Amino acid sequence: MIFIITYIAVGIGLFIFMAFFTLYAVYSERKIAGFVQDRLGPMETGKFGLLQTVADILKLVQKEFIMPSRADKVLFSVAPVLIFVSVYLGMVAMPWAPELSPSSLNIGLFYVISIISVEAVGVLMAGWGSNNKFALLGAMRSVAQIVSYEIPAGISLISVVMITQSLNLQEITAQQGVLTTSSAKFLGLWEVGDVGGFLAWNVFQAPHLLLAFVIYFLSSLAECNRAPFDIPEAESELVAGYHTEYTGLRFAFFFLAEYCMMFLVAMIAVVLFLGGWNSLLPNIGTLRLADWTTGMGWGIFWVLSKTLFLVSIQIVIRWTLPRLRVDQLMALCWKVLTPLAFACMVISGIWRLWVMI
Amino acid sequence: MFRKSLKAFVTAWKGLGITLGHLFGARKSRNSLNIRDEDYFDKQEGITTVQYPREKMPIPEVARYQLDVEIDDCIVCDLCAKACPVDCITIEAIKSPEPIGKTSDGSVKRLYPAKFDIDMGKCMYCGLCTVVCPTECIVMTDNYDRSFQSLTALTYEFSNMSDAEVQQRRKEWTSFQAEKEAAKKK
Repeated sequence: MIFIITYIAVGIGLFIFMAFFTLYAVYSERKIAGFVQDRLGPMETGKFGLLQTVADILKLVQKEFIMPSRADKVLFSVAPVLIFVSVYLGMVAMPWAPELSPSSLNIGLFYVISIISVEAVGVLMAGWGSNNKFALLGAMRSVAQIVSYEIPAGISLISVVMITQSLNLQEITAQQGVLTTSSAKFLGLWEVGDVGGFLAWNVFQAPHLLLAFVIYFLSSLAECNRAPFDIPEAESELVAGYHTEYTGLRFAFFFLAEYCMMFLVAMIAVVLFLGGWNSLLPNIGTLRLADWTTGMGWGIFWVLSKTLFLVSIQIVIRWTLPRLRVDQLMALCWKVLTPLAFACMVISGIWRLWVMI
Repeated sequence: MFRKSLKAFVTAWKGLGITLGHLFGARKSRNSLNIRDEDYFDKQEGITTVQYPREKMPIPEVARYQLDVEIDDCIVCDLCAKACPVDCITIEAIKSPEPIGKTSDGSVKRLYPAKFDIDMGKCMYCGLCTVVCPTECIVMTDNYDRSFQSLTALTYEFSNMSDAEVQQRRKEWTSFQAEKEAAKKK
């Protein structure tokens, strides 16, 4: 009985966290956009406009559900929920601190990448169900993009899995710090299992994973439809892409899913490449910085700060780079990222066999 | 292919450098906003937003914005209404039997301004009315921010005569006319 209540509490807690994150990610996105363009961003609602997004969501909640008369009723109403739930379920396997993750699956990574892919189905449902040409175009672009970019993303993740020999995200994280049970070698040479810090992160354990990290980061931008890969939502061409016809709370769900997706892909990158809940600070002689800054509270702090750092990079990229054309997008995916990801995978195999032994 | 990708990364990095520069430059804002300052165009960093109702840009000393009429100086000559290209000034005059008084520059007033309305919704701020005014009673002021709840409030009424006063002056003039007619007939 008690564990059922715990499960429900964890689910509700995660939902509240995601909603809170979305509100303030939208706020910070608008603020960063303002600062990049020498403006102030929202300033009027609350001190420094802090309540702006809260006011926005209040407005959205009050709005009427409008359904186009020729829309497919079932697909139209299920799509936003499906998109959000697929992203939300992805949060289940993510490790937050040592021993702390909603569910410590031994196929965690596999589960996460497969459940995120369900989003593509939801996007297509939204686009098809709206019976609107812009929405359908956006949805088709989005699905083509997500399906293509899953290949470099997946293969770059596989190259990490080949190094770590585990799909359990908790175990992958533990191997990148002072709590490791096996050995961790900086650049495959220097034993840093006892030193920890950033030296034991996967990107520094095997240098080719730095390239895999860049590949994964770029493809994850495409997977959550962020600029410069935002052709599914291209405001200047397609009104709003697949969510053109949505209003009120349903539209809010699309927003929630988009920002949760940003958080989730950033968190996957952090867990697999940047040490997850492991400390940034290494042990230096008797100065046991890594030991002192590893633990329950510190774990949450490190994973959150690293993830939010990646999310802010995503935001700055959005306000810097122009949108890619469809052919450029596909060329980047198939001609650059996929071969490089395969190369990373091959190097991972060699690294595993000859360097790590 | 390799060179192309490398170039893409380098240019993207350059762009990110510019946006990051602006992002961190946003800690300060451009304080002096006066365009007549010597170094106005040298200030290229920081936030440019002017938080309008709380912060105002400096305006010229002889700013020419909304119209104002000093009705005591007006001789009701109707020149401004005639000069107005968009006909936003409506004047109604009542003649007076004897001179009413003098304006501050010494012109004799012989007409009462029963109505002196300027429709600011129509006004195009050309300033022609201020040029033709012989007593310089109609001027452009430095006031530019007025907003109203209704369209009718945009019509500024400058006449200071009450309805009763207008009626009385009308009666005075008609009786004066009647007297004149009677004197002629005799």
